[in-house]
Amino acid sequence: MSTEFLYFVEVLINGLMAGVMYSLVALGFVLIFKASGIFNFSQGVMALFAALTLAGIMEGQVPFAHIINSIFGTNIHHFGWHVPAVLAIILTVFVMIGFAWAVQRFVFRHLVGQEPIILFMATIGLAYFLEGLGDIMWGSDIKTLALGLPQGGARWLEDATAGLGGDDFYGFFIDKLDMVATVVAAVLVTALILFSQYTKHGRAMRAVADDHQAALSVGISLNFIWILVWSLAGFVALVAGIMWGAKSGVQFSLSLIALKALPVLMLGGFTSIPGAIVGGLIIGMGEKVFEYMIGPMVGGATENWFAYVLALLFLVFRPQGLFGERIIERV
Amino acid sequence: MKMKNLAAVAVAATLGAAPVMADLVIPDLSYRTGPYAAGGTPFSDGYQDYFNMLNARDGGIGGEAVRVLECETGYNTEKGVECYEATKGEGALIYQPLSTGITYQLIPKATADGIPIHTMGYGRTSAANGEVFNWTFNYPANYWDAASVMVNYLLDENEGSLEGKNIALLFHNSAYGKEPIRTLETLAEKHGFTFTQLAVDHPGQEQKSQWLRIRRERPDYILMWGWGVMNQVAIQEAVNIGYPMDQFIGNWWSGAEHDVTPAGAGADGYLSLNMNRIGDLPVFEDIKTLVHDAGNTAGDGSNFGNVLYTRGMYAAMLGAEAIAKAQEIHGVADVTAAMVRDGMEALDITDARMEELGMAGVGPAFSVSCQDHGGSGLGIVQQWNASEGKFVALTDYIAPDDSVTLPLIMEDSAAFAAENNIEPGCL
Repeated sequence: MSTEFLYFVEVLINGLMAGVMYSLVALGFVLIFKASGIFNFSQGVMALFAALTLAGIMEGQVPFAHIINSIFGTNIHHFGWHVPAVLAIILTVFVMIGFAWAVQRFVFRHLVGQEPIILFMATIGLAYFLEGLGDIMWGSDIKTLALGLPQGGARWLEDATAGLGGDDFYGFFIDKLDMVATVVAAVLVTALILFSQYTKHGRAMRAVADDHQAALSVGISLNFIWILVWSLAGFVALVAGIMWGAKSGVQFSLSLIALKALPVLMLGGFTSIPGAIVGGLIIGMGEKVFEYMIGPMVGGATENWFAYVLALLFLVFRPQGLFGERIIERV
Repeated sequence: MKMKNLAAVAVAATLGAAPVMADLVIPDLSYRTGPYAAGGTPFSDGYQDYFNMLNARDGGIGGEAVRVLECETGYNTEKGVECYEATKGEGALIYQPLSTGITYQLIPKATADGIPIHTMGYGRTSAANGEVFNWTFNYPANYWDAASVMVNYLLDENEGSLEGKNIALLFHNSAYGKEPIRTLETLAEKHGFTFTQLAVDHPGQEQKSQWLRIRRERPDYILMWGWGVMNQVAIQEAVNIGYPMDQFIGNWWSGAEHDVTPAGAGADGYLSLNMNRIGDLPVFEDIKTLVHDAGNTAGDGSNFGNVLYTRGMYAAMLGAEAIAKAQEIHGVADVTAAMVRDGMEALDITDARMEELGMAGVGPAFSVSCQDHGGSGLGIVQQWNASEGKFVALTDYIAPDDSVTLPLIMEDSAAFAAENNIEPGCL
């Protein structure tokens, strides 16, 4: 096989893997939009906040240390212990559930029946609030997530495939972290689908997504379901935060990963969990192949804008996205 | 009665404010929030702690207390300009925006307002020509110096020849990241190496395509012009593909501790430039005793002595020395921004003076003139030691190739002067 072709395949595989990482972020958007019709602008910041909380708990950091020290003249920063990863993840999940409750109790409960644009604006406010809260609670320094996730190229794969091409082919490179992310995404999506299909609360969630009024009339608590959905989105945000944070350390630029999820949502649809995955795969693959083939001719750095061009192309022919619900207006 | 009370309060407030107005006002356009906070915070800590130390130890500069006005920019150009507008009326003497984007916006504004800007190792490179950029200073070094210092280091490593080598530039796809391209193109022509450009889009969280290309093409060396998350991801990706760390050199904005720590032990041996040395400087003792122990530190103290903290402190020292020089020239302690500009233009940083300040060797000795606002352009190469968790200086100060950088500076500044109807000359 020609070396060029093999490298093309390598780019393709890595594009798919990158797409999975984008899907992890997009999933949180889908969950909330599907159940409540809210486009949650703060999903990226939720990933950041969840990862900051996890890292802070693991390191035994004192939350709000800066404020405590300013008020009481103390100089405390750490409790002096380190929390094991599993326990820290569980505690972080509880924090995200608490956050979901607070969002519902103090924000969206007061906005029931408002226009979607008002709800969207509320999530913008929420994003900035959460970013500030994360900063005050845990500080703005970069934190390392010591979860023991494997990183680096899979050498066995490189060695096994090095002989496929000529001397200038070095074997397929696939990052082990991307492999883990793929497995995690698969498990997550399967679990979410099983939850929504086969559990009482899952079915209630789907009922709310279909018709709020009808769901209310059969005794489903909208309040509970929305807390549940925001909690699930918080959990998905934590998973996304862990995967992205493992690459770069946990830092405030993590909130910008939401920008990578938008074209995925445009393409896959805002209401479909499988759509978020397929959309991610198409965007990841498309942008990487374009950068590989056309990037060097136009000065590179094409990925950010090409993802949106690709999504727009799909949008023109299928406005609801590949897997989104068909928009039918009856007059 | 109420009106009387209000009037009394107003008078008291005015009287109370009067001595403050006589302070030496130094705005600190910092960024402690947002995606670039990890870089902005330590620099600001060092910048403010040094001035606080001068206040505590010497009563300020020349007997005048320094009042630092912190304004959060979030590394956002619009907010940076707002901060400038909000603080200039307070009697600002010198601006240090720590952002190339903000610098570009402030150059015409500060020139019109008559307030000097100091952009050490960033900003508009051709501002080194003081006859065109009367109010902007970028000593002790600029981006083109950095590019040239990197190439000179590589020349040393390769017995004086880079003929046939492939050197790639991994850069932030912004005005900042594109700054060294022209210099490196000229240097590639001069030394016969192949120059490859690899752009990374903001913020740089995803760089798989660039690193797959590096893995395919195997450049002999990679130079990096990154900032923020781009640095951490690039170093992690280099570790992932097994790229030799001692062939990967970041510029001085890609060489702080937080850039390498997320990659763990794999980052061991990573190289970067620095415009100032780091290490145990006697001045730290004063800062620790008079500022940190006194509970007057700008941050939480966790950045004390690290790469960017030291650079912020070094920037503050250069600012303080310029003010002292202005006081000496004009014979007054309460100097104006225009006087500080004169002080900056007459600045002479010697080894003896740095030693006297408790910062022996923190930077290269250099002097500034009307024609040269850029300083010596010298830089060191430092290497990350992962087991000890610190950067170690690998070389002494390396000089740039002025025969390449100076003509480029003259050409670019002449173009700027023509575009803006500036008649080059000294003030």
